[in-house]
Amino acid sequence: MSTDHILSFEEAMEKYDPVLGFEVHVELNTKTKMFSSAPNVFGDEPNTNVNEVDLGMPGVLPVVNKAAIESSIKIGLALNCKIAESCRFARKNYFYPDTPKNFQTSQYDEPIAYDGYLDIELSDGTVFRVEIERAHMEEDAGKLTHMGGATGRIQGADFSLVDYNRAGVPLVEIVTKPIEGAGSRAPELAKAYVAAVREIVKNLGVSDAKMERGNVRCDANVSLRPHGRERFGIRSETKNVNSLRAVEHAVRYEIQRHAAVLEAGEPVVQETRHWHEDTRTTTSGRAKSDADDYRYFPEPDLVPVVPSREWVEELRAALPEPPAERRKRLKADWGYSDLEFRDVVNAGVLDEIEETIAAGASASVARKWWMGEIVGRAKAADVDPGQLGVQPATIVELAGMVEAGKINNKMASQVLDGVLAGEGTPEEIVEKRGLAVVSDDGPLLEAIDAALAAQPDVADKIRGGKVQAIGAIVGGVMKATRGQADAGRVRELILEKLGVTV
Amino acid sequence: MAAINRDDVAHLARLAHIEMSAEELDRMAGELAVIVDSVKSVSEAAGDDVPATSHPIPLSNVFREDVVGHTFTAEQALSGAPDSDDNRFKVPAILDEA
Repeated sequence: MSTDHILSFEEAMEKYDPVLGFEVHVELNTKTKMFSSAPNVFGDEPNTNVNEVDLGMPGVLPVVNKAAIESSIKIGLALNCKIAESCRFARKNYFYPDTPKNFQTSQYDEPIAYDGYLDIELSDGTVFRVEIERAHMEEDAGKLTHMGGATGRIQGADFSLVDYNRAGVPLVEIVTKPIEGAGSRAPELAKAYVAAVREIVKNLGVSDAKMERGNVRCDANVSLRPHGRERFGIRSETKNVNSLRAVEHAVRYEIQRHAAVLEAGEPVVQETRHWHEDTRTTTSGRAKSDADDYRYFPEPDLVPVVPSREWVEELRAALPEPPAERRKRLKADWGYSDLEFRDVVNAGVLDEIEETIAAGASASVARKWWMGEIVGRAKAADVDPGQLGVQPATIVELAGMVEAGKINNKMASQVLDGVLAGEGTPEEIVEKRGLAVVSDDGPLLEAIDAALAAQPDVADKIRGGKVQAIGAIVGGVMKATRGQADAGRVRELILEKLGVTV
Repeated sequence: MAAINRDDVAHLARLAHIEMSAEELDRMAGELAVIVDSVKSVSEAAGDDVPATSHPIPLSNVFREDVVGHTFTAEQALSGAPDSDDNRFKVPAILDEA
């Protein structure tokens, strides 16, 4: 693998203006495939979710899945697109074993949705409008595994094994218009755009939207032109950039690579590039074929799709609140600061906090529990916070116990551990573990005497007016009572004992 | 006469994965031009009042409900395959053309 010469990002930005374009493929989560009634299920045994249509046997006829059309229209509407009065499918012809038919059924000149836009909010709140050229329907291809080569890549492979379970899974391909004017924020915008598309299709419930499973896949087009020039440069298309982080890195890398090629006075080659997550570089794929070479023609086995305006309006009326608007509303309702809210969004606990508040917690209590307690535990367990299974009612109950002075925050945290370990309800765990704030002063006074005797110098300091030194004594008492004492009461009693008034 | 030269035919043959001899390429260049001209005569017959159409039958919105139907077993799926391994179709390593 040759190493590309690249320019620093800053230098590239000084000299050139990037133009981006994205093709995002979204796998729909319909029960069956686009044109056959075989199940659309991830992870099953190879070649068991196929029938004669998926295998492209002679004489078979495809039939369009109505739910897939509905999902595609919803995606179009959520991207502010127009929905075609009439559209048709087309055959994209190519020979490759990922499609047993030797063509992919797609849409070409008549996509179901076109002329839309998506407003993308960047990290500092800047809103950038990305124009959507089209969203069209097509089918996914089978999965190839290259065998025998040392690297598992195609180079040097002896043969390939093909699983057609994925062949025919409904896809919607979302294509942007050229994105100009992003400047040095191009990599960030790239990531934010793909994140927004993923969020939208997830919110619509039309896709599982898991990038790690390939439910959302991105091809990123990058070209550079000197500042002030209108004509676009020659672009490269980096294929299958399959995580949000990779989208950002790939765009950044391609900008740096193009800049170095142009600086050397050479032409950029119009080609596909392969992204390598391990080295965070791209390598040359094939020269980009002309669309003509695919010899698209209208699919004769499928009649046109003519969505009635009534149907479209019905679907529009039933669309969920767009994620960006929802966030704006929740932030205002909860009264979080910009930073607090961003942290909540980045931690992926927006839904959880909303549910916890709905269950009766205050906005600040819900945030404290999710951000302060649960997110860290999820990170340690390497799962999403929502996957830990903490119920909103549990948090409400724990917060109520703390508020009533029955347990302190430290104990509440222990109780949460108990809940996660399946030891029962918070109340049962408090009972079983014998957790309760000690309010009887008797045992406390003994512990205080012991703590003072153990640290006479600290006791003298406090007597001398250095009240801030009290932490060491309080700490000793808390340790002796295994955290069960009410720290506030301990402090009062120590001061009383030493005859210090504050 | 439509201009279809030998290079056009060679390009199409390559796309279609058809091996053609030099003689065949020459002959097909002439024949394809005649075919293209013949098809073109259809558009001369259709006036401006006839819209372009891809489907000759007046049907649209032929849909299927999203209900799971029959599938093959892996054994059935692979029964016609020239070669298979590990319940998958085995094919020669092919350079990335997709």
